[in-house]
Amino acid sequence: MERKITLPITKEFVCNLNSGDYVYLTGTLYSARDAAHKRMIETLAAGGELPIPIKNQTIYYLGPTPAKEGQVIGSAGPTTSTRMDKYTPTLIELGITGMIGKGKRSEAVIDAMKKYHAVYFAAVGGAGAFLSKCIVKAEIAAYEDLGAEAIYKLEVKDFPVIVVIDDKGENLYNQEKISLSSK
Amino acid sequence: MRIIHTDEITKNIREMCIEANVSLSEDVKKRVLSAKEKEESALGKRVLEQLEENLAIAENEQIPICQDTGMAVVFLAVGQEVRIEGTAIEDAVNEGIRQGYRDGYLRKSVVSDPLLRENTKDNTPGIIHYSIVPGENIEIIVAPKGFGSENTSRILMLKPADGIEGVKQAVLETVKLAGPNACPPMIVGVGIGGDFEKCAILAKKALTRNLDTPSPFPHIRELEKELLEEINKTKIGPGGLGGKVTALGLNIETYPTHIAGLPVAINLCCHVNRHVKRVL
Ligand code: SF4
Repeated sequence: MERKITLPITKEFVCNLNSGDYVYLTGTLYSARDAAHKRMIETLAAGGELPIPIKNQTIYYLGPTPAKEGQVIGSAGPTTSTRMDKYTPTLIELGITGMIGKGKRSEAVIDAMKKYHAVYFAAVGGAGAFLSKCIVKAEIAAYEDLGAEAIYKLEVKDFPVIVVIDDKGENLYNQEKISLSSK
Repeated sequence: MRIIHTDEITKNIREMCIEANVSLSEDVKKRVLSAKEKEESALGKRVLEQLEENLAIAENEQIPICQDTGMAVVFLAVGQEVRIEGTAIEDAVNEGIRQGYRDGYLRKSVVSDPLLRENTKDNTPGIIHYSIVPGENIEIIVAPKGFGSENTSRILMLKPADGIEGVKQAVLETVKLAGPNACPPMIVGVGIGGDFEKCAILAKKALTRNLDTPSPFPHIRELEKELLEEINKTKIGPGGLGGKVTALGLNIETYPTHIAGLPVAINLCCHVNRHVKRVL
């Protein structure tokens, strides 16, 4: 199914989204990749507060290229989500409802998605120039010292994604059962 | 004896880093653009259409095809009749990378220590492979490599008894394990033979070979063809969302090896298979 939705999305809304849906996102979200995730989780472990709101938010696994004069943002496609798996269940428990990336997720992440109602979208890996056109505003929200790995607050308009894993645990990557001949 | 100044090397590498990141070589581009006709899955087709549009935007606006502008891999084949003047050659190469990544608005994705992980903020150092060859030229290949696909690459120290079947299985297994993480449709570089490190370098080098130039060895040419067909039967498809187009090309490089061994390296690359070659 093809649909347009507005961010942020609530837990209640998440159950309307199904694996395989082609979705255009409009609204506000935050970028974060490896170093920002690590720092957020360490901050929480030390009893600190997160630098961005988390409840009902969507996190985009992104580290853009620098913007040229006159550009909102540089090339801005998804990075591999799998590397965030270690940190993700905690963030889902704290209230994120959406994630945008590419690639597989761990069982622990999928379990948390089912329990707390979150959805995993994939954007097209390698389409960074195209996707940058769907980002209408970008500002650094936290961790500026991390350079390309800083957290950005992004305003997107009709940003195209595909629901890969929904809160029922349906996983589009498993549709064509990928079986290994050995190991 | 020909004299080449290191400033020449720096200047060329700067330009090559930028060029490689905003446009693909003709052979790779052609395969991306023709993939749509082969794809039967509707979702797969949409992914390929997005990639097509993406390539056009990147080239027209001179912005990077992908935000992961990679770690710069540089192959330098130095003619033995050349005398290099100027700074240390390694510094000249890294200066070219530094300037290219700065002036091309490319992402700085290199950390100085693999465990302490502090960004060097200029994408240096690159990874430089030198070779000394006959002649009085310097051939430079700049091949920035994204790590989504790099992380899915593997080396297997097969044994002679594993033979060609073992090699096929190793390649297919690597592609299946990578699945959506390597941003399919992918390009597969395979190195067979040599030793532990040699086969890895061969696999990387295989990615820089023109996709329309098959291996000169008949049995390897056959293997390239067969493996590409097999990979496209896995149904991983564009974006890993299912479909017929999983790989756009597969190149194999080989080297003699030890009587006891059959090393195989599989270097996976996404469609953003960047490589620019120049001869000074
Ligand atoms: S694997 Fe390739 S296309 Fe995917 S994010 Fe990395 S560089 Fe870009």
